[in-house]
Amino acid sequence: MTVRSHSTNRNRRVLPWRRYLRTALTQLLCIILCLMVLIPFYLVIVNSFKTKGEAARMNAFLPTEWHFENYAEVVKKGKLVQGFLNSLLYAGGSSLIGVLLSAMAAFVLCRKRTRWNNFMFYFILCGLFFPVNYVTLIQVLNGFGINNTRLGLVLVYTATMVPFCVFVIRNFVLTVPVELDEAAVLDGVRPLGLFFRIAAPMLRPAMITCFLLQFMGVWSDFLTPLYIISSSKLWPMNLAVYNFFGKYQSYWNLVFADIMLTILPVVILYLIGQRQIISGMTSGAVKE
Amino acid sequence: MNKRRIYPQWFLFAPVALYVLFFLLPGLLGVFYAFTDWTVRSAGDVHFVGLQNFIDLFTSTNVHYAQGIVNTLRFTLISNIVKLIPALLLAVLLSENLRGRNVYRTILYMPSILPFLIIGLVFNSILTFNGLLNNILDAVGLENWQQKWLSDPNIVWGSIYAVDAWRGIGYVMTIFLAGINAIPRSYYEAAEIDGANFWQRLMHITLPMISGAITINLVFGITYGLKVFDIVYVLTNGGPGRATEVITTYSYQLYAQGKYAMSTAMNTILLVFTLVAGVFIVRMMAKREVQQ
Repeated sequence: MTVRSHSTNRNRRVLPWRRYLRTALTQLLCIILCLMVLIPFYLVIVNSFKTKGEAARMNAFLPTEWHFENYAEVVKKGKLVQGFLNSLLYAGGSSLIGVLLSAMAAFVLCRKRTRWNNFMFYFILCGLFFPVNYVTLIQVLNGFGINNTRLGLVLVYTATMVPFCVFVIRNFVLTVPVELDEAAVLDGVRPLGLFFRIAAPMLRPAMITCFLLQFMGVWSDFLTPLYIISSSKLWPMNLAVYNFFGKYQSYWNLVFADIMLTILPVVILYLIGQRQIISGMTSGAVKE
Repeated sequence: MNKRRIYPQWFLFAPVALYVLFFLLPGLLGVFYAFTDWTVRSAGDVHFVGLQNFIDLFTSTNVHYAQGIVNTLRFTLISNIVKLIPALLLAVLLSENLRGRNVYRTILYMPSILPFLIIGLVFNSILTFNGLLNNILDAVGLENWQQKWLSDPNIVWGSIYAVDAWRGIGYVMTIFLAGINAIPRSYYEAAEIDGANFWQRLMHITLPMISGAITINLVFGITYGLKVFDIVYVLTNGGPGRATEVITTYSYQLYAQGKYAMSTAMNTILLVFTLVAGVFIVRMMAKREVQQ
């Protein structure tokens, strides 16, 4: 006992020194890591304003002349407006439908825990792990006559986001008091009204989180349209960029401008909604 | 109160129908077609061939599909180690009252929201032989550190792990951080009074208390690793040679060549891996739910 208190005393005396040093080192480490994250962004930005020849030299210097017209050129050549609208439709449409349907399902699955519903929950949860089989997915889509269509892509995205959204929202339903439902039903509210007027407003944080995450996920997805979209009119932005890169491989200035325009919407969305995004991403980590 | 009327079962219909039709059904069909001779030319005339596709996949001599499977498993293992351990230490550092930690967290998390395709293209420009990294090394006089980052078979996997870590560490760290922030401070104060050092606090308080965060990171890390496609496809497209092929890149190639059955067979192997991982993880979660 005496030995232990002795050592704490000694620790206390050394502490201010060591604490300053440790804080300084931690700050330094964090700054270096943040720089490592930011430097690629910096490189993309500065090189997107250079001429073709200057960008091909691949260095980190500022451009000798700022060529803002690179961006206009990319928008024209890269089918970016069409791509942007497509991506907006795919990401917005599927996330909206997917989150809403998943919330309804999660609400019932959580409130009415029959043996069958418990099974359904784990049955849906399997989707978190399974890979999508695109080759046969194309078969199925052909069967419905919606392969290589916007509707087909939106439905596929909606289907693939159901497991994650049900999982996150169901965890959240647990925190909404059941008494609310009972009071509403006693007041004569019907099931649809109960969900949209009572439950949905309470579940809004989880639903917004899911929406943001899925929106960004669909915006970033590359593999699904690579398999099931063949006509360039239906390309999302990602695929437009990839094909642009294939065609203008030596024009790094234009490729970089293209990249900037593609990531700008998600970066903005992230900076606006980061609180919801991070809280939703981590909700499962805390709730144990 | 009558639960059947308050919580109607038909709320489940649309999401479950979509999920079954456009997610599970293709998966099951894929398993079925994996045992047939379906190709781009079969036009409805498909025959059962037993295990032939799998035998072909494992014995093919001109393309080493089996190596792609090994690469996938190795990627899953190493990429997770490379991300989880630094991310955990970083989360521990950031969990202390560090000035500016929210800014750091915002920046470090940002790469994980970007499309892989974009990350791949950007790092392609950085890592090619005449790329930014080698030019910078040249400019600061470290010519002999220059490498063929994406075309030397001995180095290319290291480059892929590095880019993957660049994207993923902030995300993994954020989840760890949320877990650590939920631990009551008094635990650490008590440990400090008892003279526990950094490692003892980490092993005996932090790690046991963040089991939820660890589970989440493992779930997403393992399934991500097994299904990895974009980053490999865009950074190396399986090259140099076939050094960095994985299950999904082979599956896509086989599809593009019109060998549909072989492609679904490859995907079925992936399905088995994820099934094993999934059953294991869902069991673990179900057990925890019962305990609550």
